[in-house]
Amino acid sequence: MRALLRAGLVFAGLCLVWQAIVTIGGLPAYILPPPTRVFAALIDRAGFLASHALLTLSEILLGMLFGVLLGSLSALTLASFATARRWLLPVLLVSQAIPVFALAPLLVLWLGYGMASKVAAATIIIYFPVTSAFYDGLRHTERGWLDLAQVMGATPQRALLLLRVPAALPGFASGLRVAAAVAPIGAVIGEWVGASAGLGYVMLQANARMQIDVMFAALLVLGIMAVTLYYALDAALRHLMPWLPESLPASTKE
Amino acid sequence: MSETSVADPRVGGPPAVSVHAARLEYGGVPLFDDLDFTLAAGRWTCLLGPSGVGKTTLLRLIAGLEPATGETRIVANDGLALTGRIAWMGQQDLLLPWLSALDNALLGAKLRGDADRGGARRGRAIDLLYRVGLGDRLDARPAGLSGGQRQRVALVRTLMEDRPIILMDEPFSALDSITRWKLQELAADLLVGRTVLLVTHDPREALRLGHFVHVMAGRPARLGEPLAFDDQPPRALDDSRLLAREAELIRRLASAAEAPS
Repeated sequence: MRALLRAGLVFAGLCLVWQAIVTIGGLPAYILPPPTRVFAALIDRAGFLASHALLTLSEILLGMLFGVLLGSLSALTLASFATARRWLLPVLLVSQAIPVFALAPLLVLWLGYGMASKVAAATIIIYFPVTSAFYDGLRHTERGWLDLAQVMGATPQRALLLLRVPAALPGFASGLRVAAAVAPIGAVIGEWVGASAGLGYVMLQANARMQIDVMFAALLVLGIMAVTLYYALDAALRHLMPWLPESLPASTKE
Repeated sequence: MSETSVADPRVGGPPAVSVHAARLEYGGVPLFDDLDFTLAAGRWTCLLGPSGVGKTTLLRLIAGLEPATGETRIVANDGLALTGRIAWMGQQDLLLPWLSALDNALLGAKLRGDADRGGARRGRAIDLLYRVGLGDRLDARPAGLSGGQRQRVALVRTLMEDRPIILMDEPFSALDSITRWKLQELAADLLVGRTVLLVTHDPREALRLGHFVHVMAGRPARLGEPLAFDDQPPRALDDSRLLAREAELIRRLASAAEAPS
């Protein structure tokens, strides 16, 4: 509750600064509309914005689903097979080195103007952080636990499933947090390059028609969506890994 | 010594374990070379020595956690393989933070995929946790337990392995002296009749618990003739023989520390 209040105060403060810039700078509404006009646009076009936001949100969520699934599978493969490490790691790095911006036109060409190309862009942008964070976690299982498993006569599959995967969950979780933060970028880039709906499309159209207030309203919705997504995921992860908050402050290892 | 302490393998008791001609290099320097060492069957063997002399490494070698090199041979006197007959308890409790005390105690069977028919194993783990005084903390995660409680869960986990050979590497060194004293008592009770190797840096602990107390020193490390006891541990702290022997042991340790390496 207090966090919500704090966020509200920060937002109100930013709006005040924004209003002050408009008033003092004497900026015309087509350069920087005052917050009042943006809120008016937000209310006037609520239904319109909501329907586009829903589409973008679906793209983001589907992109996260596929990106996380693919990323987890890749990380598990990398951790399990040395051959996979030799062949897949360079591919993984290349996948990160090519900006999604450069790929987006191709994705639209191949997958069309519909949702698929946007989901693909979001998947690609998420894939690397999830894979690398989870793989890192899988690589750094505490030596003593592996020794213990060895003396106990654990099978490699069970050691992976019962020991290394749970031990890597904190790393996986940080990958997911990054994913939640960058997934909207992927979806919006996809919409910019070629789309007939979605918040990215709304922004481009509004910009072309000098409806800067609508553009800002769409931006605001996107921002709120991204922040909500991040905090919802963060809360879910904390709930799923209750042993983590306890062990974080007591990081003094004996 | 090994002749007298070897149990008759035909009765199926825990075996004696012999290390022959052990050699281990660390960064090109031999930690020990041509080292012979015997764990008497069904007895506690304690290993003392200055830090860095290779006590832990020797224990890990027996546990199969360090690769044996050269002529090193590690055998049980009943002729069976050692694999699957050793339980290991390390310096840290190595409890998994996401599992409850009970699930940590049951870890070995889960890692091997052993079925627990009728929940007998689970029942035994609960019994043992009650015996070590953790009956009301079965569902507690390690972060909610004190250091002594965590080490007790680790002890139960070691017991649940139900192995004839137990290797313990300074299991009580991180505990305060009262907790340590209680846990020594408990371990001696629960591990009666097993072949136990206890690596420690505390002469008193070795004297309380050991049938045989070895001092390891030098580089490459050597083992002296052990102090031998024929009564059943744990010994009382005010046992007069303990005090006399402690003085002797500390003298040996001191001279071992001064010996040119």
